Amino acid sequence: MYKLWQATYKEILLLKRDLGGLAILFIMPLVLVVTVTLIQDSSFKQINDNKIPILFVDNDNGEVSKSIVTNLKKSSAFEIVSQINGENINETQANQLVLKGKYQLAIIIPKNLTVNLNTKVENNVSKILANFMEDAEEKETIQEPIKKEISKIKTQEIKLYFDPATQLAFKNGVKDAIDKMVAKIESQSIYQVFQKELEIEGNVFEQTSFIKFSEINPRKKHTEIKPNSVQHNVPAWSLFAIFFIIIPLSINIVKEKNQGTFVRLKTNPVSYATILGSKIITYLSVCMIQFLLMLLIGFYLFPYLNLPALEINGSYYLLFIVALFVGLAAIGLGVLLGTFASTPEQSAPFGATLVVILAAIGGVWIPVFIMPKMMQIIAKISPMNWGLNGFYDVILRDAKFIDIVPEISLLALFFVVMLSISIYYNKLKSAV
Amino acid sequence: MPTDVIHIKQLSKRYKDVDVYAVKPLDFTIQKAEIFGLLGPNGAGKTTLISMLCGLLKPSSGTIEINELNFQKNKREIQKIIGVVPQEYALYPTLTAYENLMYFGAMYGLKKSNLKNKINQALKDLGLHQFKDKKVKTFSGGMKRRINLIAGILHEPKILFLDEPTVGVDVQSKNAIMQHLKNLNKKGTTIIYTSHHMTEAQLFCTRIAIIDSGEILIEGAPTILIQNTKNAIRLEDVYLSLTGKNLRDRV
Repeated sequence: MYKLWQATYKEILLLKRDLGGLAILFIMPLVLVVTVTLIQDSSFKQINDNKIPILFVDNDNGEVSKSIVTNLKKSSAFEIVSQINGENINETQANQLVLKGKYQLAIIIPKNLTVNLNTKVENNVSKILANFMEDAEEKETIQEPIKKEISKIKTQEIKLYFDPATQLAFKNGVKDAIDKMVAKIESQSIYQVFQKELEIEGNVFEQTSFIKFSEINPRKKHTEIKPNSVQHNVPAWSLFAIFFIIIPLSINIVKEKNQGTFVRLKTNPVSYATILGSKIITYLSVCMIQFLLMLLIGFYLFPYLNLPALEINGSYYLLFIVALFVGLAAIGLGVLLGTFASTPEQSAPFGATLVVILAAIGGVWIPVFIMPKMMQIIAKISPMNWGLNGFYDVILRDAKFIDIVPEISLLALFFVVMLSISIYYNKLKSAV
Repeated sequence: MPTDVIHIKQLSKRYKDVDVYAVKPLDFTIQKAEIFGLLGPNGAGKTTLISMLCGLLKPSSGTIEINELNFQKNKREIQKIIGVVPQEYALYPTLTAYENLMYFGAMYGLKKSNLKNKINQALKDLGLHQFKDKKVKTFSGGMKRRINLIAGILHEPKILFLDEPTVGVDVQSKNAIMQHLKNLNKKGTTIIYTSHHMTEAQLFCTRIAIIDSGEILIEGAPTILIQNTKNAIRLEDVYLSLTGKNLRDRV
């Protein structure tokens, strides 16, 4: 124990003297979590609060285009720009402006959209109403010209020009919203024409949606648990930060090999377990401090930055248990990397890239469920994914200890396997 | 009556995927309180032999007995009685001299108060006490060499292995190191030492072995070796007559 404590003290001193390493371990993760959460929150606000200017070219000038404008304004996400320097813009200008990246989106409403929509709807309604006639000859006399009239009307196309740099998620969101808006306008027109044809006065058709949806969130002691971006970001980026420990740890091991201190230790009456144990204790303590700092940032700093404060639905001690096992998994990987690498130039970039890859496949950036099938399988063997699920279980799902056992067992197994490989490899290279 | 502290029998080393032996099968003994010098050109097998003797390298064949113990069965016991001073500065540059020594001393199991006294004494003996709280990375080559030596002798080893302990140091540092080693030897420490400094070896060693191409060419007390070699007046003459004057550059 005495040797272990002295070796741990030496590791602490080495860390204390390495300002760059300390920055990687403590400052960088904090900067990372604050920056990423602020950016995510601001882009969320941009969609909700700050209006995105979009170009609107109205070649229709009818009820439908007016209705689209009204709905777009109502959504409060967009600022409609239809004139530049006091002149109406056309499709070519709009296309150019969007391609240059001045605007993210241009909506081009085709000519005669209202007229054609009304004609089509009127004809369709007349055709339906004709079916109620008993005289087949008369029915055919009415339906035949309608069919011809309908076939003359071509499908109308609302054109959307997107800035090529626009993200797919934004594109899909806009497309879905406009699609929904157009469908609503079409159904309203159908109701109106029916009313007109049947000569009914007033608003007899209830036009509000019959089917609605509501989001049901988990509850804890009669309080609804509403997930927010902070609850996703803090665990995800804490995990990322904890795994970054593999860089200073692997460099520490590589340096010991290169400085000759490791060779000296091999001649000393001290076991490899003591040397490794001191590193594990030191770096695991660092992981826990890192995690605590991340939580404190979430609790106390985020509200000052107009971000929601971190809320933990599960128990704190379970959260720290998950963090402990995540730390062990990261340390196992760091020891392995340090054992195999020969220079810090090998271990540092490789370690950084490895963490980024593990984060990507582990679902830190993109949720695993939207990944391709193959990547979903790979994600299941990523320690970051086990860690992330463990954190989500506690923070969002109010998990009990038994619920996190699978994740922490996998993390523990990963640690043992990494360490065993390192010890075996070291033994192979060792002397007697 | 002299006692063997190191006894090696048919000891050899051939590295993996290399046809030639780094150390050809050899037998010799080293007696208690001897200063045994291992001399030879670069690549002769000195470091390989020392590495096997201090348990860093596994021999391809043969046996090593240190104080009647062997590495297979008594690794920890051997490690407690040997001290190793490697050729490179095996120190943590960002730790102070004192912190480095506290750590390496503790790894030998030396308890804090006893260790502190030993460190302070050794630092005084080697003229480094006023620099004990300075980081090793700020030290000159000679200062690092002296700290490197102290780190290997804090536990007062019975057998001390030194791989070129004075390489690249100034005359003053060299003198301090050699004087300290002589004092240790007087107290009964057996020293096994490699060097390229012939004069230093001639004056310091009680027995010398000249090794080349993995085999011991000659072995004996420096004065006897000089006497037995034609036209030799110094150890260097003996050395050159045995190993030749050709350069030994190798990649």
